Parts: sequence; structure tokens; C-alpha cells
Amino acid sequence: MTTPEYASERETTEGRVFTVTGGDWDSVTSSIDPLSNEKIVVNMGPQHPSTHGVLRLVLELEGETVTECRPVVGYLHTGIEKNLEYRTWTQGVTFVTRMDYLSNMSNEAAYCLAVEKLLGITDQITERASTIRVMFMELQRIASHLVWLATTGMELGAISMMLYGFREREYILDIFEETSGLRMNNGYIRPGGLAQDLPESAVKKIRDFLVYLPKKLKEYEAMLSGQVIWQKRTQGVAVLDVTGCLALGVTGPVLRAAGLPWDLRKTMPYAGYETYEFNVPTATTADVWGRYLVRLAEIRESLGIVEQALDRLKPGPIWVADKKIAWPAQLALGVDGLGNSLEHVAKIMGQSMESLIHHFKLVTEGFRVPPGQVYVAVEHPRGELGVHAVSDGGTHPYRVHYREPSFVNLQAIPAMAEGALLADVIAGGASLDPVMGGCDR
Amino acid sequence: MSIRPGTEGDIPVAVPRGAELGAPAQTPPSPDKGMFGVKGTGDVSGFGRLARPRPAVSDSPRPYGGYFDDVYDALEEAYPAFSEAIEKVVVDRAELTLHIRPERIMDVCRVMRDDESLRFELCSSVDAVDYLGSDERRFHIAYQLTSMTYRRRVRLEVAVADGVPVPTVTSVYPTADWQEREVYDMFGVVFAGHPNLTRILMPDDWEGHPQRKDYPLGGVPVEYKGAEIPPPDQRRVYQ
Repeated sequence: MTTPEYASERETTEGRVFTVTGGDWDSVTSSIDPLSNEKIVVNMGPQHPSTHGVLRLVLELEGETVTECRPVVGYLHTGIEKNLEYRTWTQGVTFVTRMDYLSNMSNEAAYCLAVEKLLGITDQITERASTIRVMFMELQRIASHLVWLATTGMELGAISMMLYGFREREYILDIFEETSGLRMNNGYIRPGGLAQDLPESAVKKIRDFLVYLPKKLKEYEAMLSGQVIWQKRTQGVAVLDVTGCLALGVTGPVLRAAGLPWDLRKTMPYAGYETYEFNVPTATTADVWGRYLVRLAEIRESLGIVEQALDRLKPGPIWVADKKIAWPAQLALGVDGLGNSLEHVAKIMGQSMESLIHHFKLVTEGFRVPPGQVYVAVEHPRGELGVHAVSDGGTHPYRVHYREPSFVNLQAIPAMAEGALLADVIAGGASLDPVMGGCDR
Repeated sequence: MSIRPGTEGDIPVAVPRGAELGAPAQTPPSPDKGMFGVKGTGDVSGFGRLARPRPAVSDSPRPYGGYFDDVYDALEEAYPAFSEAIEKVVVDRAELTLHIRPERIMDVCRVMRDDESLRFELCSSVDAVDYLGSDERRFHIAYQLTSMTYRRRVRLEVAVADGVPVPTVTSVYPTADWQEREVYDMFGVVFAGHPNLTRILMPDDWEGHPQRKDYPLGGVPVEYKGAEIPPPDQRRVYQ
């Protein structure tokens, strides 16, 4: 029998149900008759440290082998897409940045590129704004991959990797904070430009980071790649080949680890990626090991892109020239956070009535977007992030749909888990890198 | 706690409209006087409640430009029932949209995927838009197809009325499984032949389909210093 502080049990029509919170499962399994109870249904999650958020997996086990896996999502559904329809196009940034909370900049960039395409101002985005966008999207990719390395390390038993990964990510969040005032959920990239310019202090921080991270990456490789436990937990585990990936819509590092060099930054460039030099890392093993190698290599490539972006950064405007779209106020980071710059406040309150009217109209009512629909996709740290934006000619989005890579990729969990061992479900699920905030939106 | 009309202490308790439909609680707009003693919507911009006709989407003339003509011709050649399957071709903002008759969507997807000169291997996205008030067929389901071989994108669009099923494309693109479930969950469009058409994001026992345009955003009114601030969809609207 089980000890009550760890587990309780009750009889149901479907058999005996145990509620296990922790402790030694031997005491639970000892009360099961191995001959009459061959099949066990394990409900993993929605609150489980190795499900990357509130993901629930219903696993049917025979012994330690998974015979059926049913993912259940939706626990983090917040109705962001519905909410967008009641805000102006600019306010939408505040919502979309909160979808996938590990890649805020990519969410914002995809949304803004879609709005700009609807407005027809894609080629009017200033060079400086595009360069900073690219740089921040790549820093975001590094941050996201570091968190992946950290959490996957933790889930497979390398606890120190978790501490290191989150420590390094903090440097990137510092850079974001220096620029936008916020570590996460930045609301920095706006339709038509950027909330504010990149300060010199942030440039220095990025330079320092470019020197700092490569050394650390070598340490992680030394720690993980040669590790026998790490190899055994990842090699040949959760294999999904190119055919499987395409059928299930899996993109990003998982697809590239299967051998297909499909990276939207190369194949369908946006925001000027065609002018940067970088490689698309691939692996051919199609397993967790390959996805680990691809992500590590992608961090290095992203560092290269950030460096190129820094080198070509020239002073200049960060907003489109069209005053009917560009945010009227130059925002400034004050001691109490982000706000209108004092010069702008002095102008609209004391000098120019027209400026005040213009500011008021554009900020409260927003700009109009000609009717039509677009689909814009960017290469998100997890794969293709697509934005289907529809306008009816008004100041609010008529409909915005996010094709979230976490949501689509999670469909592949049963294909990876069924027929494999229970422990490999953790490795396989982690290798997809799902972020439930993005999945459920 | 009661949700009936009346008062609890000094605080008026709002009647949630739409509660019987399963929609979240919704409060009628404040009567006569709003904040700062304003009457009506309080909108002085001239845009409030301004109704504008939605422009009709019309056929684009040939040539469509770029690879669009190649895709169109290849599909015409590969799919015998092309002329009756296609309703409209729209080229807008450098994107090609083929409007397909609902009953043909699965066949068209199969040809789009398998034909050598089309090769749309990946179905990037399936989602819907509710054009309430445009015509009978209010739900437009958009399939964003990607050809990795030719690096092309095409959007297929299917329009259906409420309650009319659409054939599922999961047998052609298994990735559409969850995405069709999301469309069903959010819009109530039924995909005929789908292996497991259940709700995916909302709870299983939820009533109503939240992304429909006639479904309120919901939210609760906020009271601040005696004035009541209604939920976002009850505030003034600039269209």
C-alpha cells in the first residue's frame, strides 16, 4: 500500500486511479498486480517540470514502453487574437509580444512586417530600423536557444547547464532592458519603426557579449558533447525524418536536424536578411542529438549576424518618413521607465496646437490600414512563425492569426513518443522546444 | 454570488448579457451619462459608429505577374475539374489567393502537393476569418501553402455559410489536424472527415465559438471613483 503523504488511490470504473505527486513510485507500483494490470495510463502534466510549461500528455504504457500518447493543449489560452481586434494596430504589438514569451522580438517583428506589408510601406522602413530589428531578432534567437539548452539539460539530468544557460540569457535580457526598458514583453518593434533608438550603452553591452559568449559556448560543448549520459539520452532518440517533419508541418531546428536546410532567412528573406552572410547549420541524424548540434551551431551563426549588424549600424532615422504612420512622440527612457521625451511634451503642451492634435489623433485613434490580407512568415527560434493579418480598412485589425511553430510542432510528439521508452518522451518533447504561451496564445 | 439584477450594498450589480448563450458576462453600455458627464458615445471625432461598406474583392486580370501565372497554368493542366473548382483569383500585395469551391478543396490540395510543377509540400497554416455581414458565406478558411522546391507561397481560400461542412485536408496534409480543430473551436466550422474534431484551445464544455464576430470580447466593467468603465468592446469604436 502507498503512504498517504505521497499518493492517494481510488477505485473507478476504468480501474484503480493513483494520484502521484512525488516520492518513490515503487510503493505505488507494488500494489499493482503485474499480471492483471499490464496497461497503465499516466497523466503527465499539465503541471510537470519537464513539460516546458502547462502541457498535458496522456500516456498509455506497457511496462516502460509508450503505446499511445495524446497531447492536450490549451491551458494557457488567453484569447490574444480576439483581443487584437479591439485595439489599434500599434497597440497590437503589446499583445503579440506576450504570445511566445521566450521570443518576444520575433513575435513583434513578424506582426510589424505584416502590418507594414498591408500598409505597403515595407520598402520605406529605414535601414537603421531594419538593422536593429535583425540584430534583436538574432539576440532573441540566442536567448531562446540558451533557455532550450538550459531546460533540456535540466530535464536530462545536467542541472548545472540550467544555471549556466539562464545566466547567459540574462546578459541578453540586460541588453533588451537597456534599450526598451523591459527585459521581456518589450513592445519595442512597432509598425513603421522602433519604439526608440538604440543607446550607445547597449551597443557596448552587445560588443561585450559577442566576446563573452563564444568562450562559454566552448565550455558547454566540453561539458555536454563528450558526456556519455548526454549522448545516450539524445542519440537515436525521438527520430523524425524529413518526410515526417513535412507531413506534420514541423519546421525550424527540428527540420534542419533531419537534413533539410530550410531556413526562411535564406529561402524567403525578410527585413534584409539576404544582405547578411551566414550559414544554415544542418544535421543528418534527425534525433535529439542532431537538434542539439543544430541549435548550438545556430547560436554561433546568430552571433556572426549580430556582429555584422553592429558593424553596419549608422546613425539615422528609426521611423518611416510618413508622419501619418510614424509614432508622433520620440519616446525616451527616463528614471521611472519609458515615456514621452520631455522635449516632445514641451512642444505639444506649450508650443504647437497642431502637434497636440496630431499626437492625440494618432495615439488614440491610430492609423488606417487599406483593406486586404497578407501572410508574412519569419524564421522564429522554433520554426516558421506566420502572421495572417486581415484589414477591413479600419484602425483596428479585422483578424490576426498567428501560425505558431510551438503549436504546429507539438503535433509531432505522438510520432516521436509512441513505441519509445517513457524517459525518451521527455527528451523528444524537450527537443521540439515548445513554449506553451505561444502554442495556446 | 448572485448575477441577478439588483444591488449588493451600494454597488450596482450588472446583468451579464449573453450569459445564457455561454458567452462571457457582458454589461450593457452605461446609460445616459458616462464619464465626465458625457452623453451618448462621447465620441467627438466624427468616426464613431460610422458604417462603411466593405469593398468587394474582385477577380484580378491576367497576367498575374511573377510565378503566379505558372502556378495557375500548372494547376489548370494538372486538375481536370479546374474550371468548376475555382471561383476567383485574386492578386493583392504580391500574394496570390485562389478561391476554391468548398467541396473541391481536398482534391485541389492533393494536386497542389503532388503535381511535379506545383509541389506545395508544406501546408504552413490553416485559419479562418469571419466576414460577418458580407454575404451568406461568412466564414473564409485560408490555407497557406508553401512549395519548398520552388520557394513559392499560395493561399487557397474557401468560403462557407454557417453550418455547412468543409472537407478536411488532413488526409493530404496531416499538419492540418490541430489547425482545423482550432478553426472548429474558434469559429464552429465543421470539417467533414476529420479524425478527431474536438475543441483544442477552449475547455471541452465551452459553449459558443469565441472568434466569431458576433461573440463579444467579454471582460468585466471596472468601477473607478463612481464611474464605470465598460469592457473594451463596449467602449467607443473608431472604425
